[in-house]
Amino acid sequence: MGVKRRAFLIGGAAVIGGGIFALQYGDYAARRDGLALTKRDKAGSFTGWLRIGEDDRVTLYSPHIDMGTGNATALAQLAADELDADWDKMTVEQAPADEAFANAWLGKGFIGDVAKGSAVLGLVPHSIYSLMARKLVGQITGGSSATRFTGQQGFRVLAASARAALVDEAAARLGVAAGELTTARGIVTHAKSGKSLRYGELAVAAAKRDLNPEPKLKAAGDLVYIGKPVPRIDVPSKVDGSAKYGIDFALPDMRVATVMAAPSRGGKLESVDAAPALAIKGVEKVVKFDNAVAVVARGYWAALTGLRALDPKFGDGGHGGVNTKAMYAEQEKLVKDKAGAFDAKGGKLVELSYRAPFLHHMMMEPFALTAHHKDGKLQVWGGMQDPLATRKAAAQAAGLSQDDVMFHPMLLGGGFGRKLPGENAVIEQVVKLAMESPWPVKVIWPREEEVRHGTYRPQTAMTLKASLGTDGKVSSWQSTCAQDAQLEAGMAPLYAFPAIEQNHAKHKSNIAVASWRSVEASQHGFFHESFIDELAHAAGADPLEFRKRHLAAGSRAARVLDAAAKASGWGSPLPQGTGRGIAVVESFGTVCAHVVQVSLRDNGYPRVEKVWAAVDCGQVVNPLNAEAQVMGGIVMGLSAAIHEEITVDKGAVVQSSFPDYPLLTLAETPEIAIEFVQSDAPMGGLGEPGLPPAAPALANALFAATGKRVRQLPIRDQAKA
Amino acid sequence: MAITATVNGKPVSFTGEPDTPLLWAVREELGLTGTKFGCGIAACGACSVHVDGELVRSCSLPVSEVAGKAVTTIEGLKGADGTLHAVQQAWIDIQVPQCGYCQSGQIMAAVALIKRAGKPSHDQIDEVMTNLCRCGTYPRIREAILKATGQAAEKAPSAAMGDA
Repeated sequence: MGVKRRAFLIGGAAVIGGGIFALQYGDYAARRDGLALTKRDKAGSFTGWLRIGEDDRVTLYSPHIDMGTGNATALAQLAADELDADWDKMTVEQAPADEAFANAWLGKGFIGDVAKGSAVLGLVPHSIYSLMARKLVGQITGGSSATRFTGQQGFRVLAASARAALVDEAAARLGVAAGELTTARGIVTHAKSGKSLRYGELAVAAAKRDLNPEPKLKAAGDLVYIGKPVPRIDVPSKVDGSAKYGIDFALPDMRVATVMAAPSRGGKLESVDAAPALAIKGVEKVVKFDNAVAVVARGYWAALTGLRALDPKFGDGGHGGVNTKAMYAEQEKLVKDKAGAFDAKGGKLVELSYRAPFLHHMMMEPFALTAHHKDGKLQVWGGMQDPLATRKAAAQAAGLSQDDVMFHPMLLGGGFGRKLPGENAVIEQVVKLAMESPWPVKVIWPREEEVRHGTYRPQTAMTLKASLGTDGKVSSWQSTCAQDAQLEAGMAPLYAFPAIEQNHAKHKSNIAVASWRSVEASQHGFFHESFIDELAHAAGADPLEFRKRHLAAGSRAARVLDAAAKASGWGSPLPQGTGRGIAVVESFGTVCAHVVQVSLRDNGYPRVEKVWAAVDCGQVVNPLNAEAQVMGGIVMGLSAAIHEEITVDKGAVVQSSFPDYPLLTLAETPEIAIEFVQSDAPMGGLGEPGLPPAAPALANALFAATGKRVRQLPIRDQAKA
Repeated sequence: MAITATVNGKPVSFTGEPDTPLLWAVREELGLTGTKFGCGIAACGACSVHVDGELVRSCSLPVSEVAGKAVTTIEGLKGADGTLHAVQQAWIDIQVPQCGYCQSGQIMAAVALIKRAGKPSHDQIDEVMTNLCRCGTYPRIREAILKATGQAAEKAPSAAMGDA
């Protein structure tokens, strides 16, 4: 089993020989050969690909990039299982950034999700859904989607169909009934006669057979690879320095550039004297952009030294009055104006307001892209979450036809939503520099540039109101928020309240916003699960029991709450100053509950002692990696809850690097215990759902430990005595 | 004047400016890209290497400072026969990396810690392993260090399927 990230040309020798299987979803017609791989066929863009070579090697062409979630391994598990393939002969290759390799399963999955009804609608990451709805062509890795949609609905189905075609071909050759044949580890066997045929011998002919678009999938008891702790195929290359990320790409004669943009987004470059940079050894040129200045040099250090020698004058774009305090005030006025009357219907009114700040993704690899323009063709290399959109943005920036532009996807040193299409400044910069240079150019953003010019999780102000009836249950619930987000309303409550009203107001500023790991669920999960905890307290009820009053018995949420509570010893006595908090959030088709146990450090910051998580994501494809994804979500969720905040002053982001935007450290990370509950629910995502319950469970635990409620993130030392 | 040093056991000479950080000298002059750029101010540890056996954040060390010294990067950790270092093997066994970008630095820090402390305690791991990881692999980093030093309890994958 290996993973290759070799770029290849469509129609090239790489695809000659062997059998190529593709199912077309557009009209459910089975494709007869490897047309999608051997010919540009823009009409047939809804295809997925699986190839079996005459040497028995099985290759998946994955439309997803690897940003750390292990999706390549999971996709291979799903396909290998239905194919009855030999794991050692599986290969996953990165599909090229071409419309022929657009990921239809992703769009289909999201739209299918939406079609299921309103309960799900609020949980779909709207940014991704709108892209899909606009045009069903994309190569996005995001929305916790690769395994559950591309894998479960795509490669798994395709592999089952391919297996059936291999069996039919073998039956014809052996002159026996297909029902007498069995498959295992890449071989079709006829037990009665003792004859067998390798997949590699059958593939070319089998791939010409009609494929069944709705094959019977294996029953749970027959699974061989799915649900097993298969080691990730990318891990060996990530322990010896051999894995190549976007920033690692290099070409002969390549120059390195670095950039500084107007601190206030929207501001323009007014003037810059290039001479001080040009005086630095190794600096070759200074390039002015509309809103930024770049220094191109023989290497990064010379470029950075040159950039630092400059004293560019930037305008503030008229945003000089924008600051965090004023933004919260504007948002809270919008909320007040929008909320309207709330009828408590004779119940007890509880009303509370919350704040969540802008957050940066802080992926460890800053933006780095390389571009080379030669003979009218532009090539771009780097790690982006949507290779196809990157190619299109590069073509637009270059003023070239998309046919003359190729993007070569590479590993990402983290994405978390930052490397989705949207703000394309870095693409435009590298393309412009390459278009006017005789050599290839790599642009690397300094960390400071990345932090100040990110696309942030939106800052949100929220007011929640609820009435508590005499039966100790919530009789009505009203949420009103103001934020600059694609899904302005936030998310629907998980609980079955008799009356729910969601109000929202758009609050725009010059600060760019984007999806941030778990999208709306990250801040709205905090609001909802903090407020329900306060309601439980107001009702004099146990927070676990109060939540379950509003959930159907045996529901997914009730079951994960019970599982996390049981694991944590919920209700058992704790030392003075130590408390437990609980929270449950559904996102991306997965329901996740956390119990956090916390005390206070001497400096008043939380000391998270332990986290117990219970997860219902339906079928777990790879328990080892599933655990890692939820663990990562918890760590990132705690990091944001305790430490992280982007603030704005004079229209510019104040923070610049790790010292003023600290992340959770290993020493601060608690012991984490994760349990996946057995479930028949459709497969849910895992890259994101572990994150949202972390902040509210922590804040609720702090209340249990100290009696103090924290309603504004980050928590920092707000619970200090 | 070129700066001569030993990198991963081989003599090299750096011809760039002497104030160039070691990070960029190894990445751009030697093509050893396993050592990563994260912040440039020695705050994240993605660029961790060893200089004469000591753990160093190479983004903030001028290459002139390593003249005559022995530098080890992640690429130099394997044995001459290609055998992985015990820490690298533990990283695979415990399945530590996610995006993997910080892991070269994490591994270099762990190797230096183990060299100094033998079987590091939880507190020693907390104190030395200050490299940042955004994917949240910290629990497995700790577990892998314990495993590499024979302190880990043998256990099945903890995310066992089954009864809720």
